This record gives sequence, C-alpha cells and structure tokens, in this order.
Amino acid sequence: MTRRIVIDPITRLEGHGKVEIFLDAGGAVEDCYFQIPELRGFERFVVGRPIEELPRIVTRICGVCPASHHMASAKAVDGCFGGEVAPVAHKLRDMYYHAHYIHSHIAHFYALAAPDFIMGPDADPAVRNILGVVAKVGLEIGGQVIRARALAQDIQQRIGGRSTHPVWCLPGGVSKGLTQPELEEIKPMVKELAGFTQFSLQLFRDIVLGNKGYVDLILNGPYSLDVHNMGLVDADNAPNFYDGMVRVVDFEGKEICKYKPTEYAEYVAEHVEPWSYLKFPYLKKRGWKGFVEGIDSSIYCATPLARLNVADRMATPGAEEAYQEMYTTLGRKPCKALLANHWARLVEMVQNAEMMERYCADPEITSDQFRVIPRGITGEGIGIVEAMRGTLTHHYTCDDKGICTSANLIVGTTNNNAPIQMVTKKVARTLIQPGKDPDQGILNMVEMAFRAFDPCYSCATHSLPGQMPLIVRIHKGGEVCREFRRNVDRVRPDGASR
Amino acid sequence: MAENKKLQVALYWGAACGGCDVAVLDTNEFILDIARAADIRLWPIAVDGKYKDVEAMADGELDLCLFNGAVRNSENEEIAKLLRRKSKVMVAFGSCAYMGGIPGLANLTTREAIVDRAYFHNPSIQPGNHTMPQSETQVGAETLHLPRFYKRVYKLSDVVDVDYFVPGCPPAPAQVKGVVRAVIATADGGSLPPKGTVVGASDRALCDDCSRAKAEKKIARFYRPFQVVQDPKRCLLEQGIVCMGPVTRSGCGVRCPDSNMGCRGCYGPLPGVHDHGARFLSALASVIDSKDRTEIDAILDGIPDFIGTAYRFGVPASLLQRSVRS
Repeated sequence: MTRRIVIDPITRLEGHGKVEIFLDAGGAVEDCYFQIPELRGFERFVVGRPIEELPRIVTRICGVCPASHHMASAKAVDGCFGGEVAPVAHKLRDMYYHAHYIHSHIAHFYALAAPDFIMGPDADPAVRNILGVVAKVGLEIGGQVIRARALAQDIQQRIGGRSTHPVWCLPGGVSKGLTQPELEEIKPMVKELAGFTQFSLQLFRDIVLGNKGYVDLILNGPYSLDVHNMGLVDADNAPNFYDGMVRVVDFEGKEICKYKPTEYAEYVAEHVEPWSYLKFPYLKKRGWKGFVEGIDSSIYCATPLARLNVADRMATPGAEEAYQEMYTTLGRKPCKALLANHWARLVEMVQNAEMMERYCADPEITSDQFRVIPRGITGEGIGIVEAMRGTLTHHYTCDDKGICTSANLIVGTTNNNAPIQMVTKKVARTLIQPGKDPDQGILNMVEMAFRAFDPCYSCATHSLPGQMPLIVRIHKGGEVCREFRRNVDRVRPDGASR
Repeated sequence: MAENKKLQVALYWGAACGGCDVAVLDTNEFILDIARAADIRLWPIAVDGKYKDVEAMADGELDLCLFNGAVRNSENEEIAKLLRRKSKVMVAFGSCAYMGGIPGLANLTTREAIVDRAYFHNPSIQPGNHTMPQSETQVGAETLHLPRFYKRVYKLSDVVDVDYFVPGCPPAPAQVKGVVRAVIATADGGSLPPKGTVVGASDRALCDDCSRAKAEKKIARFYRPFQVVQDPKRCLLEQGIVCMGPVTRSGCGVRCPDSNMGCRGCYGPLPGVHDHGARFLSALASVIDSKDRTEIDAILDGIPDFIGTAYRFGVPASLLQRSVRS
C-alpha cells in the first residue's frame, strides 16, 4: 500500500506549489513530485497590445522581481524598434537593476531563507519566519535589515519613478533621467547599502559558517546535484545581470556553450510533463534525457551559485574578494552544494552595491540624453537579463504598426524546474526514514531544497493551459518506464460552472 | 474582542504576482507593529502556515483576510471560499482581487489560444511535443491532481462575499498602513466603514492630485509614448499622450505620471462609475478637437488597442467581462 504525504502549499517562496511524496509499503520514499498548480497566460494575452506597452504589462508576471521582466521586456522592445538606445539609458537601467537585486536578495535571504538557519530547520513553524528572526536577532539588526531593503526600494523609486511595477523603460531609453540633486540624495544611500552587504556577509560567517552542523549540511547534505550551470556574463566572463552573453558550464568546470540572446532558441528547449503546469527547460542540443544527473545530462541550474560557477571572476574588487573566500571555503569551483546559493546571493549583493557606487561617480549618469526616438519598427526583439532567480528571456514580434504579434518567455525559475524536482526528491529520499513518520521539521528540510533556488512561481506561471489530448510518458532514470494515452474527449467540455 | 487577544490575520494570493505582498513588506518597520497587534496565521510568501491549518480553524476564527490576486482556477476559488468561511472580514486587496487586474486581460483571448501558444506553437517548445498538463495524471497506483483552469478570470467578489476593496497595483504602502491601522483600531472600539466600501484610496480623480500644469484639453492628435519626448511639466493628455487620470481614483501617489508615463487606471474607476473604460471613452469624446467624422477617426487611430488600454486592470469587472472568441 502506498502512503502519500502532501506539503500544500509550500511556503516562504513566491507563488504557488505543492510537494507530493509517495511512500512504499515499507515507508521509504518511492517517488516525489514537485507540482506547480497555477498559470496565468501572459504569452497569449499580450498579443494585440501596443508593443511599447509590454514593459509595463509584463511586470505583473512578478511583483517580487518586476524590474527583471521590465528590463528583459524593454530590451526585447528596443529590438523591435531597431535596437538603438541612448547610452546613458543603459547605465541608468543597469543602476536601477542593481538596486532591485539588493531589494530582492535581502527579501529572500532574510525573510524567506534565514528562518531555516537562524530559527533552525525544525523550529516551531509559528516562529520560523521573519518575525521570529527579528525577535531572535533583536530589533537592532532586524531594523537594519528592514532599513536596507527600504533603501534599495527607495533608490529604484528615485531613479525610475517606481520600485514595484516600474513603467519607466521605453524603446530607445527611459522616460525620465537622473538629475544631479537626485544623484546627490542617492549617493549616501548607496554607501550605506555597500556597508550593509559586508554586514550581511559577516552575519553569514557568524551564524551559518560558525555552526559546524550547518556547514556540514551545506557541504555534505543531500542538497547537491550533478547538473550544469547557466548565467549571463560580460566580455571578461564576470557576472553581468543586465546584459551580456549566456554561458553554460558543466559541473566539472568545462564550458558547454556560450550564446547571444538572439540565439536562445538554438540552445534551450522546454519539455512538458502532464503533472505540472510548468515546463522543464533543458539544453536543446543534448536533447531531453529525463530527470537525470551526470556529465551528459541536459539539465542545468540558473541560480546565483550557477552564475558564480559560470563566471571566471566578479566585476568589482570587493565582490571578487568575497567570491574567492566563498570558493576557498567550499573547496571547489564549480560548486554543486545548492545551499551555497544563499551565500552566492550575498556575494552578488556586494557587486550590486559596488556597481552602483561606480555609477554614482560616473559624470555621464545625469545626462539629459536619456532617450532616442526610434526611427522605425523592425518587428522582432529578444531581451535577456539575469533575473535574481535565473536567466530570463523575452522574445517578441510585432507588426508594422508596432502591435505585438507573438511573445515567448523563458523565465528565471522555470530554468530550475527540473533541478528543483530532482533535488526535492533526493532530499525526501535521504531524510524520510522507513518506519518513522516524518515530522514537520523533516518536511521543512524538504522545503529547504527548493528554497535554495529562491523559486518564484509567480514568474514561472506566466502561461496558461487547459485540457488537451495527450500521450503521457513517465521517465525514470532516463528511460521511459510507463506510457499511456488519454483524453479522447479533447478539450474539457467545461460542463462545470467555470 | 477578548482582552490581550491578538488579531488573527491571513494574507493570501490567488492568481497574483506577489506585488501586493511586497507592498505589505514596503510598509517597512510598520511590519513590526503589525506583528505586535496580530498573529499571521497564513501568509505563504513569508510564514509556514499550510491549508490544513486553515481547514482546522473554526468558522470566523480569523478577524481579517487580505486576499490579493484574481480567481483564475479552481484552487483559487476553493481557497477563497475556505478563507471567506474562516474570516470575519474579507478584503479584496489590490487591483487583481478588486477588478481582475492584468491577469484579467486573458479574458480578451481564449483558453485554447493560450494553451496552443504555451505548449505547441512557440519557438522553444521541445520539438515534437504532444504533452499537455492535465488536471489528473495517473502515476502508478496514484493520481496526481492539478487545479482546473477556468475559461476566464474572475474578480474575488464574483466567487465570495467581499467586505472591503483596496485598489492599486500594488496598493501604495502608505494606504496599506492606513487600512491595517483601521482594522487594528477596532480592538479598541474603532468602527469600520460600511460594507462594500473602497478603502485605502481617495474619492478624487488622479488629476486632482497630479502636479502637472493643466489648461483646456483640446486634442488634435494622439501620440504613442515612444513617439515623443514628454514635457515633464504639462498635462500628459493635453500633450496627446493617453492618460486615464481624469477617470481614475487617486491614492496611488501619482506614481506613473510622475515617471512621465500616462496612468493606466490601476486604482479603478471613480466612485459611482460602473464601467471604467466606458467612462474614459466618454471623457476622451469631450476633448477631441474636431467635429469632422473622418478627422475624428484619424485622431482615434492614434490609440490602438483601446480596450487593452482603457480596461488594462479591469476587464473582468467591466460590462465587457470577456471576449467569446480570440
């Protein structure tokens, strides 16, 4: 007889998800499914909208990383108009985006992930949250965290008019520039944030690295996969969040490919399973091989750790120092220990703050030439940015009046759908012991597997399916172990009221 | 309320982006005041409450539920009904719960077209794919379930009784504070406004709070935002740039016009107005500077996609409701 354990909803992440664990007669984990139950339909309902409106529509894919969608969309729309962009607009967008990164990384690290480490994985669920964390670390530190995230939001608002759901990017540039007085206000805020990024690293050293149990969990726990890494890099192979080429490196450190945004469809494809609304991207040239690890696997991660794994260096000195410290401690690069993502996020924040400092000192940043009026409509554009939660691709086409005719999105978290499925199962198998009922602490440790990825299923569920005839193939170990067909009745007749 | 008893609160999302939750986080240190006054029993983005914990509650055990997001599928509706039963006060929080929001634009297309795009005709789908997600999938002896997707998007009040509405995409943090303070004050005998009230917003039009210089509105040509550089001091509509300020409730902080971009109506229609887009059409009709039909048509050609613009946040709440074909 099979027993099933359901974790629903999974919590401390963005969006909806559930985990179904099947136990065999002996109580060992037989199978585990990480299901995404929700979708919305952006790729279709942006069709027919004026293309320049898309950057202010697709932000609503995700309210936690709206700027990622805003920027990827802006770059795709720039492409639809021939691609000319005012140089300072690129700088302003990048500067804004660094502030956005800091807001999002702080929210994830402190509010979503930290409860597992500061309160402990098996703490009382009623206090295993940011409020519990504030109560434990004290109002002074809690207040600093709240203030730092507020500063990051405030900087975005000052540069681009809004933090959540910006409306600022237009083809060829941005709708408003940065004035000298605004810049002077931002400078001390950036300085304070730079200090906070170092404070966060120290906190990580004290609380996580100072605890032998946690270090052991990170390095030797089940939270590890032999899959590859993806991330956006600049010309020097340093991480770049706003622009660059996508680099894929295997878990032994060898480059698999490096592609320009316009080439994405040659390198990445998306697999569909019947039990989740979310697609499973894989390396297209290798083909879909199932949820398998190994050097020939076509599965990759696109996470903060993956971004650092594909990079040769960081773009700024303080970040480089933090990067070296991290890999020295972890003992190898690329690193496969997924819980190290929490650390990687903090290393990235150092680069974010240092890049903003660099822009603050750039005399061009207050230029009033922040837009060029597009000369014509060329009809197609692809924008890739590195969202906090993974490589984000927006691909649009429009007609000669600039009305959107198609959109395709491969979203940050979607990239990680397969590895999250795989690691959740691995952790469940390791931690759930036959004959012992798993308590909430064990189940929370299962949730820590996906939490390392900071997944966002608001982002990932931008499309929306219904019911169609299908052939189902269940893969195990790379082999099709079951195949069956169903649904000759095609699209559900929808006899129900909805 | 019993002495020393904290408010029991749930925050939940339907078909949403998480921006409403971030708006709550954006109240910054006020979050700590909320924590002092309330037990947050369910808030999936930040707190570890599960559905079974909610099911175990007595009816009416929650004092307040802030529900954000639209109703897109059967799970959204089921949880909305569950939370309604458990909550004394149900608030539609944010534009999606209030009016359907941007996900409601899906009502202008069909479920089948969306499906086709997502799983069959798209540049990155696995070559030769025939598979679609199913509401039931057999795996061995077990069945995995996914919620059923509705043909269209609903606003929260289409599926449950709603006590108050908080507009905004997302609601401005200052407004969030105001609403939460009002609820906390009920513990000390404060009273709530009449049921059905839109709270956390102004009764004025956005134009009344916009600092741009306004003169007589006479529009001879509309410009799309990419076609001109906006004058940052002058009324956008008078520059021929579509802005829904005249017909939209204020309370957002004028954040889009202050970014040199026109309002798209996320705070919803003015009090007493049933159909936001129709009201905007009527406002535009009064400012177009022509009596000649051909000329008027030419002027209106400057606004492609009127429906997707004027009903950007509220197709499900409009008289249109949905398109029956793509």
